[in-house]
Amino acid sequence: MIGNLDYTTLQQLWWLLCSVVGALFLFLTFVQGGQSLLWQVARTDLEKSMLINSLGRKWELTFTTLVLFGGALFAAFPKFYATSFGGAYWVWILILFTFIIQAVSYEFRAKEANLLGAKTYELFLLINGTLGILLIGAAVGTFYTGSNFRLSSYNLVTWTHPLRGLEAAFNPFNVALGLFLVLNARTLGAMYLLNNIEFSGLADLETRLRRAVRTNFLSSVPFLLFVLVNILLMRGFGVDDQGTVSMVSRKYLANLLANPWLMGLLGAGLPLVFAGVFRTLHRNSSRGIWFSGTGTVLVGLTILLLPAYNQTCFYPSHFDLQSSLTIHNASSSLYTLRVMTWVALFIPVVLAYVWYVWRAMDSRKLQIADVQEKGVY
Amino acid sequence: MVENLDLSMVNWARAQFALTAMYHWIFVPLTLGLSWLIAFFHTIYVRTGNEEWKRLTRFWMKLFGINFAIGVATGIILEFEFGTNWSNYSWMVGDIFGAPLAIEGIFAFFLEATFFAVMFFGWDRVSRRFHLFSTWMVAVGSNLSAVWILVANAWMQLPVGQEFNPDTARFEMQNFAEVVFSPVAVTKFTHTTSSSMLLAALFVISVSSWFLLKKRHLLMARRSILVAAVFGLLASGFAAFTGDEAAFEVAMHQPMKLAAIEGLYQGETKAGLVALGVINQAKTVGDGRDGFLFKVKIPYLLSLLAKREPGAFVPGIHDLVYGNRTRDIMGAAAKMERGKIAVDRLDAYKEARKAGDEQAAAAALAEFTEHKQYLGYGFLTRPEEAVPPVALSFYSFRVMVMLGTLFPLVFLAYLYFAWKDRLERVTWLLVPGVFMFFLGLVAHEAGWIVAEVGRQPWAIQGLLPVTVARSNLTTGTVQTTFFMFLVLFTVLLIAEIRIMTRQISIGPEGE
Ligand code: HDD
Ligand code: HEM
Ligand code: HEM
Repeated sequence: MIGNLDYTTLQQLWWLLCSVVGALFLFLTFVQGGQSLLWQVARTDLEKSMLINSLGRKWELTFTTLVLFGGALFAAFPKFYATSFGGAYWVWILILFTFIIQAVSYEFRAKEANLLGAKTYELFLLINGTLGILLIGAAVGTFYTGSNFRLSSYNLVTWTHPLRGLEAAFNPFNVALGLFLVLNARTLGAMYLLNNIEFSGLADLETRLRRAVRTNFLSSVPFLLFVLVNILLMRGFGVDDQGTVSMVSRKYLANLLANPWLMGLLGAGLPLVFAGVFRTLHRNSSRGIWFSGTGTVLVGLTILLLPAYNQTCFYPSHFDLQSSLTIHNASSSLYTLRVMTWVALFIPVVLAYVWYVWRAMDSRKLQIADVQEKGVY
Repeated sequence: MVENLDLSMVNWARAQFALTAMYHWIFVPLTLGLSWLIAFFHTIYVRTGNEEWKRLTRFWMKLFGINFAIGVATGIILEFEFGTNWSNYSWMVGDIFGAPLAIEGIFAFFLEATFFAVMFFGWDRVSRRFHLFSTWMVAVGSNLSAVWILVANAWMQLPVGQEFNPDTARFEMQNFAEVVFSPVAVTKFTHTTSSSMLLAALFVISVSSWFLLKKRHLLMARRSILVAAVFGLLASGFAAFTGDEAAFEVAMHQPMKLAAIEGLYQGETKAGLVALGVINQAKTVGDGRDGFLFKVKIPYLLSLLAKREPGAFVPGIHDLVYGNRTRDIMGAAAKMERGKIAVDRLDAYKEARKAGDEQAAAAALAEFTEHKQYLGYGFLTRPEEAVPPVALSFYSFRVMVMLGTLFPLVFLAYLYFAWKDRLERVTWLLVPGVFMFFLGLVAHEAGWIVAEVGRQPWAIQGLLPVTVARSNLTTGTVQTTFFMFLVLFTVLLIAEIRIMTRQISIGPEGE
């Protein structure tokens, strides 16, 4: 079965798989969003503790999805891995830095003798929840706006901007995407917490969380619109049959029209995001996360797929167009992609047990008594 | 292929990799080993329903959790460091090396991450059996991640199942099964996991000895010691056995590493093993001086261990650098000559292809193919460069093996006094016992130094020197991140140690 798939199909399939992992990561950034809400919605130590313990049961999942996103790109598109990480050095190092400090914060924050004090660990969570996601957004934005690099004939990358990747954070489109992701993560975070916590005795917290859904969602909309309108109007990096790269006007609009199923993803995703918010605000529902979460996955998927299919460069260089990466010139060999496709058959099993465990653990909501036990975060 | 080479950048990048890997390795072996012990304790609790065992399980779990978090924090940086600091490596071998890393994510990390939350918070949220199952899954997941990362590392020591593709100018995978079941991967996995179990046993011994000295939690401490000493004794035997296998594999596939580990300059038949020795620091390759200032040798043993035959010839550094006709060994010097031809013909091939001259391309390719197995040597500038740091390899190996001999004796002593029921009174054993965990860590770090420093100057043994594997960064950039990580990891390590010791002194009573 897999042995019969041709090289092009496998390259497309692997971009799809990487994008699915990336899109799931965007959904799971509700953890980061929740972290960034800590200072705003939690007024008492108890409320803080509820938030952190609720998020603390999920943070590993988000983290691991990010690690897998990196690993999958390494295996399937090693030239991208080499070019982007070795080139856009500072933006990636800073992103990693915010995840390192996140990883210890849950475990260390409430423990005695933790050296830095609870406030510092909370600050770490905030940095991860804001700066971390913002920079990820900026990095993803370069799939559309391009970067500053040149590849030698042996594919060695030379970065031609002194900020080595951080310059991405000064482009309006990239920043808008980053801010949208931050605000969307906060919206999702608030919805997740509404879903996960039992609010008896914590009515104020619930009110503040619902308010946070509203303000963050409303502030995210302009950024989302800016990003979407720009995508439809901007010039893109097209590549012809000979592999020559050139700027093509309305390239991404053309890609969308050429792949109606992408339009379908976007068309389903956006309403779902809105539906989640609507249910949370007007129906007093606690299940908004499932709608907006699914919506985020679909919108994220569209954003990741749009610059890769239909003869487009997904990691373009505007410094040297001909150095741009496509899913075809950046991929692993046919053999490796086949092996990895066999491995990928296991992914549904992973999704299944994650889902099962999530349900088993969350069938009872988090109560005040739960965070007053020993050994919690 | 190598533009404006900056050696100091390469050395800083190596230092950074060493730094982050060695920090990661402070926490990882404890995670690997302790997860099995906890699963074991938890099982006893579920079987007996005895609350004492529950408290004991929860106590060790809490320490596990603290260790686990910082293990995760230090791990993510390693994964991305391949891209950031070794980007040419990522490109040139990513086709093979990326796969195990991705598989590790799919098969192992999710297992750990998902069931970790159940193990910790599942006490009254899921059924007892599912909870126990989750604890076992954490152990399985952790050790599965070891499988895959060690497959990746083993491939760097013995690059099997691949082929250089002149059109893409990179190494590409030909046989996945060969990569996964490479003999080096098997010994790496068995040696690493058994030595990790050993380390976890030492951890339990150290903490419990401290309790006994303080006259606290006596029952728990005695129980833990009993389980740990038996477990540790078995693990020690296994670690020594698999370590010997590892040495055999090194002798077969990385003779230069073996020569460095042994400080052996002139090859010998009936080679003896230097049990103790002082390396002559003034010695340079090829200068005819003695490699040792002082040494105690056990005759025949090296030949026996390395070749499984007491009379066998073990090549020395000089044989491997300059070649040895009588033994039919091609030296690095000769390999370099061929490697330079390969590098040159590869360039010519690419030029010809670009110019559309297919005839010239075919001719260049034929010559390249003839010499391509020495391609990596073409990037060396002097044959002596092929020699790894001898003193570091030699001493690290001695430290590991001596400690490996000491630990089973320690476990035996604990068992003996536990059996005689005199543990609380043998202060002379308990006091050093408290420090055994740290010695275990020393042995672990020494082991990786042997494995990794002994591989130098290669990133991929014989194929890709580290100078070619690097990214195109300035020294200053890598220095900056080196110190960033140094400071951050050191602060986190201090925090971890303080939290850990505080939790230990609170003890299981708190549970
Ligand atoms: C023999 C085992 C072993 C070895 C040699 C390494 N690791 Fe490791 N790693 C583990 C065993 C492990 C572990 C036991 O599975 C950890 C430690 C604590 C934990 O949570 O998982 C882990 C954590 C861990 C994480 C965080 C995983 C998560 O999201 O939960 C990453 C990204 C890496 N490692 C990556 C690496 C890389 C790139 C290495 C090679 C240079 C490496 N590790 C060496
Ligand atoms: C976690 C335990 C490990 C430790 C303590 C460790 C230690 C080291 C040390 C000391 C160096 C520097 C050697 C030198 O430059 O002299 C190094 C380099 C390196 N190691 Fe390891 N290593 C570990 C695991 C791994 C694994 C599992 C891999 C591969 C998957 C790996 C890949 C590398 C690479 C790519 C370098 C840099 C290039 C080089 O110097 O060869 N290491 N490591
Ligand atoms: C008792 C006899 C032992 C022998 C003969 C032995 C042998 C070896 C050898 C030859 C290597 C290098 C493998 C390579 O370069 O690929 C190695 C690596 C290593 N050793 Fe040992 N060892 C012993 C005990 C121990 C002990 C007690 C520990 C820790 C508690 C330990 C931990 C390690 C680790 C972590 C590595 C790196 C991983 C690997 O390469 O497998 N070893 N050992």
